[in-house]
Amino acid sequence: MSPRDATLEARTLPDARALFLAFLKVGVSGFGGVMPFAHRMLVERERWLDEREFLDVLSLCQFLPGPNIVNLSIVIGRRFAGPRGSLAAFAGLILMPMVIILALGVLYRVAGQVPQVKGAFSGVACAAAGLVVAMAVRMGRALRGSAWQIAVAVVAFAAIALVRWPLVWVLLGTVPVALWLASREKTR
Amino acid sequence: MDAGVLVELARQFLLLSLLSIGGVNALIPEIHRQVVEVHGWMTDAQFTEIFAISQAAPGPNFLVVTLIGFFVAGLLGALVSTFAICGPASLLTYTVAHVWDRFREARWRILIQRALAPITVGLMFSAGYVLTRVADHSVGAYVMTAVSAAAMLWTRIHPLAMLAIAAVLGILGWI
Repeated sequence: MSPRDATLEARTLPDARALFLAFLKVGVSGFGGVMPFAHRMLVERERWLDEREFLDVLSLCQFLPGPNIVNLSIVIGRRFAGPRGSLAAFAGLILMPMVIILALGVLYRVAGQVPQVKGAFSGVACAAAGLVVAMAVRMGRALRGSAWQIAVAVVAFAAIALVRWPLVWVLLGTVPVALWLASREKTR
Repeated sequence: MDAGVLVELARQFLLLSLLSIGGVNALIPEIHRQVVEVHGWMTDAQFTEIFAISQAAPGPNFLVVTLIGFFVAGLLGALVSTFAICGPASLLTYTVAHVWDRFREARWRILIQRALAPITVGLMFSAGYVLTRVADHSVGAYVMTAVSAAAMLWTRIHPLAMLAIAAVLGILGWI
């Protein structure tokens, strides 16, 4: 028996209940991104996946549309307990964060007009905008100076941020062109 | 509660679910366009404050959608919006999950990723631009945004710490 088989043997496969509880913990652990906590839970704590399996699942979740972490809960749930597993993992993931964010929403409605609270919110809003700008810069660096990719990014930015065209039309326009440009690059 | 608003929220977010190629933050410009400019459900200030709350709260960041739904149409609005933004993408993921292994190394898959990457970058810059434009109304505000972006890029400060500092400065009336 190879070491890999041994670790597979040692795993206890989760049922819907275990999935719900595990994702419940993941849901409340992260601020501004819970994926690192999902990784720790799946690979290190519960050992339901090994590192390679996690990366495979993650690449699928990033490839498909939708929130990555939600996609992850769907795939993991399905893998171990079918549709019930997906529902359980998804429900576990969003239950607590939803309750917390709705409580904050109520607080905002009740106290949002108090000058100090309003001041705090506008301060956080400015900083939050900065976080998104930083994220954009970080993602932009990954394009590594590919001329056509930078051109596509600039066009998408102009259409969405400056002209304010609807996202559907911008995607219908840019995705085919970007696909064509990407295919040319590969054949060269 | 006006059922028309719920239907409209559902329609918007069901569609956006399938268009969310770079995560929900990349959808921010489109969501802003819809809820502020097209429907007039909230003001610019309310939109940025709701976004700020969602960034400061624990959990996945797509919950900004939950909060927008709550603000527009109460608890029912929150539930409808949350399930709408997750539903179509989740069904798709559920359906494709078991055939994925076959396509992991496929050429067309790598091609699609190469093509979508720059569009996602464009959308993220749009989100940063739109949020900055609608949140910042003073020199202090622009400085705060710039400092926060710079700190994220060049220091190891935790995002929450940055938000907390900004909250204190806001209470003091400096922003």
